[in-house]
Amino acid sequence: MIQFALKRLGVAVLVALTVSILSFSMIYLSGDPAIALAGEGASEEDIENVRRVYGFERPIIVQYGDWLLRALQGNLGHSNYLKADVASVVFERLPTTMILGASALIFALVLSIPLGVLAAIRPNSMIDRFALTVAMIGQAMPSFWFALTLILWFGINWRLLPISGTASWQNFVMPSIALGYYVTPAVMRLTRAGMLEVLSSDYIRTARAKGLRPMTVLFKHALRNAIIPVVSLSAVQFGFMLGGSIVIETIFAINGLGFLVWESILRADLPMMQAIVLVLSIIYILLTFLADLLNGFLDPRIRVS
Amino acid sequence: MSNKILEVQDLTIDIPTPSGTLHAVQKVSIHVDRGETLCIVGESGCGKSLTSLAIMDLLPKKAMRTATRLELAGESVFEIGERRMSDIRGNRMSMIFQEPMTSLNPAYTIGDQLTEALRRHRKVSRSEARDRAVFLLEKVGITAAASRLGQYPHQLSGGLRQRVMIAMALMCGPDLIIADEPTTALDVTIQAQILHLLAELQREFNMGLILITHDLGVVARIADRVAVMYAGQIVETGSAAQIFSAPAHPYTRGLLACIPIPGKTERGAHLGAIPGIVPSLVGKMSGCHFASRCPEVQQNCTSAPIPQFEALDPGRSVRCLQAENAAMRSAGQEGVA
Ligand SMILES: Nc1ncnc2c1ncn2[C@@H]1O[C@H](COP(=O)(O)OP(=O)(O)OP(=O)(O)O)[C@@H](O)[C@H]1O
Ligand code: SF4
Ligand SMILES: [Mg+2]
Repeated sequence: MIQFALKRLGVAVLVALTVSILSFSMIYLSGDPAIALAGEGASEEDIENVRRVYGFERPIIVQYGDWLLRALQGNLGHSNYLKADVASVVFERLPTTMILGASALIFALVLSIPLGVLAAIRPNSMIDRFALTVAMIGQAMPSFWFALTLILWFGINWRLLPISGTASWQNFVMPSIALGYYVTPAVMRLTRAGMLEVLSSDYIRTARAKGLRPMTVLFKHALRNAIIPVVSLSAVQFGFMLGGSIVIETIFAINGLGFLVWESILRADLPMMQAIVLVLSIIYILLTFLADLLNGFLDPRIRVS
Repeated sequence: MSNKILEVQDLTIDIPTPSGTLHAVQKVSIHVDRGETLCIVGESGCGKSLTSLAIMDLLPKKAMRTATRLELAGESVFEIGERRMSDIRGNRMSMIFQEPMTSLNPAYTIGDQLTEALRRHRKVSRSEARDRAVFLLEKVGITAAASRLGQYPHQLSGGLRQRVMIAMALMCGPDLIIADEPTTALDVTIQAQILHLLAELQREFNMGLILITHDLGVVARIADRVAVMYAGQIVETGSAAQIFSAPAHPYTRGLLACIPIPGKTERGAHLGAIPGIVPSLVGKMSGCHFASRCPEVQQNCTSAPIPQFEALDPGRSVRCLQAENAAMRSAGQEGVA
């Protein structure tokens, strides 16, 4: 298991380095960063000044090394627009987004795993068709449209839930549903497929031949095995949701990272965008790593060799 | 009290398929006594596994089971109902399957899977169940049994896994064990060991054993009685001695011709294989199922269903017109003489 964990950790570090390179090169996306920083109407001399102050004249590999070292120490640069330290802004906003992501994922799992299990127990039944419909709608519907529909009914027509801000937990209900619903189809179909496969396996027949109660067969013997791939998928889907939070946070005016990305794009605040991309990617990599560990824990064929 | 552990009469299994109803098992009757080994033999697809699954009430959902009698130790399974049926399964009768590699749950330890079988049916403590598991693992010939309890199936070889399956079947001390080709998936050297083990345990615990196999050599060694199946029907039953010394059905004779006999069969001699293929069991069939491959086929063989002929010997039955005629003729000659 330790060997497995170390291997996974190695992969995670490599991916993180790659992401850091991509994220670093964002500075060069718009051409010469010195010209961009100096602003419109800057003289040749100003630009040269900026280039020297920021060290843009150095070889790119040195710039990257320097940037990476500072990033590792928590220095993600300075936002010229907000006149603030990027890292402190990002980490101030991060918890909100994580709460939103976590509650969206919980909503998605609570909806999709039981539906997937029920659909697998009774394939082609009413409940199976219902689950399929839920999945299809989830896939076909753009999340911003779903979010607006929720706002229209639950927020405006029935006045059940607040439509913007982060004042209380109720504020998170609609955004979590809008964000989480988007990942239900994938999780549900994987649960259903996994359960169908496991339920027709020989060891389930053995469990029934032992006279075990249907619930024991279903949960202890079947779900335990069917859930393993769902764990990995959930990590991937959480990553997608971090991306999806840009739309959802903007619609619901939630002061998280997604909203901050949107604002920074509007302001062309490159250091801020760069930092957020980096932080979100690292979180995603961490989650995938944790999912791998959890997989190893759930599957003795990985854990015990 | 009757010694009969299992009594099955006219077991019929139909499976709906896109091309029509598959009559997989047709009016199969078998019985097993305490301490007795019944071997069911027959080619692949003749309905042996479905018959055993039907007894355990483990048939696939779409399969339809009917029988005029299905009794376990004198109690009708039809009156037992699904809930109490699961009280009997793994408790008074257990099953060992063909695929040891996939029949154990990869996510749980051997110890967990062994003890849960006992704890489902008996009020015993964890440590008592553990002791029983260790005792049985040793019984089935597994060394360092106590330390095996913490191992996972993937850490064991196929032969060991099948031994674990056997131990698991024995956890509750069942009256009847059904072993469905328990050695087909194993190495030849291990096959003999496992069969030997099964026969030994069956004697020691005085259980009824139904052993399903293709291997007539095995049957000759351990069967008390034999049921020969062909295309969903039992074509011949009788004691092992009767079947081997005087096979009455042409199919049984064909099967016996396929096994080499030490000392008798010459090295390099051609081993018989019954030519032809098994008929489809979908839709209606008239006459003898074996007619298309039978070397002794006559005109009247295909015109009407062939009844079981039981007057050959006590405890014997055969489903063949010519065997019936031959028996009648010899009985007639005896009467004249
Ligand atoms: N779930 C199922 N659906 C449809 N047909 C089935 C199913 N299970 C078995 N059958 C069919 O029923 C017939 C009998 O199958 P069964 O498994 O009992 O044969 P068997 O005698 O055990 O053969 P083998 O020696 O290969 O194990 C076969 O023709 C098989 O194709
Ligand atoms: S009834 Fe006829 S066809 Fe069938 S086994 Fe007997 S002789 Fe052969
Ligand atoms: Mg079979």
